[in-house]
Amino acid sequence: MLPVISSFALGVLFAFGLAISEMIDPARVTGFLDIFGRWDPTLLFVMGGALAVTLTLFPWIQKRERSLLGEPFHMPAQSHIEARLIIGAAIFGIGWGLAGLCPGPAIAGLASGSGGVLLFVLAMIAGQWLAGRFNPR
Amino acid sequence: MAETNLFGGLTGGMLIGLAAALLLLVNGRIAGISGILGGLITANSPSERFWRGAFIIGLVCGAAIYSWLHGGLPLQLQAGNSLLLLAGLLVGFGTRLGSGCTSGHGVCGLARRSPRSLVATATFIACGMLTVYVMRHVF
Repeated sequence: MLPVISSFALGVLFAFGLAISEMIDPARVTGFLDIFGRWDPTLLFVMGGALAVTLTLFPWIQKRERSLLGEPFHMPAQSHIEARLIIGAAIFGIGWGLAGLCPGPAIAGLASGSGGVLLFVLAMIAGQWLAGRFNPR
Repeated sequence: MAETNLFGGLTGGMLIGLAAALLLLVNGRIAGISGILGGLITANSPSERFWRGAFIIGLVCGAAIYSWLHGGLPLQLQAGNSLLLLAGLLVGFGTRLGSGCTSGHGVCGLARRSPRSLVATATFIACGMLTVYVMRHVF
């Protein structure tokens, strides 16, 4: 039960971060991506703030044998830079630029009750499913 | 376009980083939202499904609580329904193929000093910028 409670609470905290930084707003994201228009650097400060914390804390956390709840650390196993990584990131980037939405803000944005955000999230789940069928790992 | 939100960006970003660090410290998991969502569908054990589902529900509840406290969420959609549908498909497909999104590669992967995440983050930011350039300044 404890992993479920902490996971829920950290989802809440993560969403607060997305809302306070306004990354939940697609206008902020497309404003950052629009370097040839009226560029809005807010996203850079968000990444900077987040990385200042994770870059400091991750190495310290990873010195532990196990997590506080006794789980082993589940780390991504791959280390090779292959074509699918770059092609996948490129396809994601195009979709991100089209709507200004990525998975976290889209899911948190469901709380707005917007039908457009719901449509995006359902399409995103379908896209993940398609990629799993097309190229399972 | 609104002014740069320096204070909100930095404090909100730090909360995102704190949530990611605590998920690693407490649960031993990487806070990559596309991966958490994807694993929710493919997971084969109940405990896998429960923590993932709890995080996703937490995201929605957190935004709902913020909205309730502040009388709404700052959220202006930038695309119509057909474009949202296409964008959602691309984001889902691409994050699964590329093993991560803004949070997994951009916040957690870079903190682990992963070369894969650095390449992925540079790629999706460049492709996002190119897409917005084509959408706003070419058409």
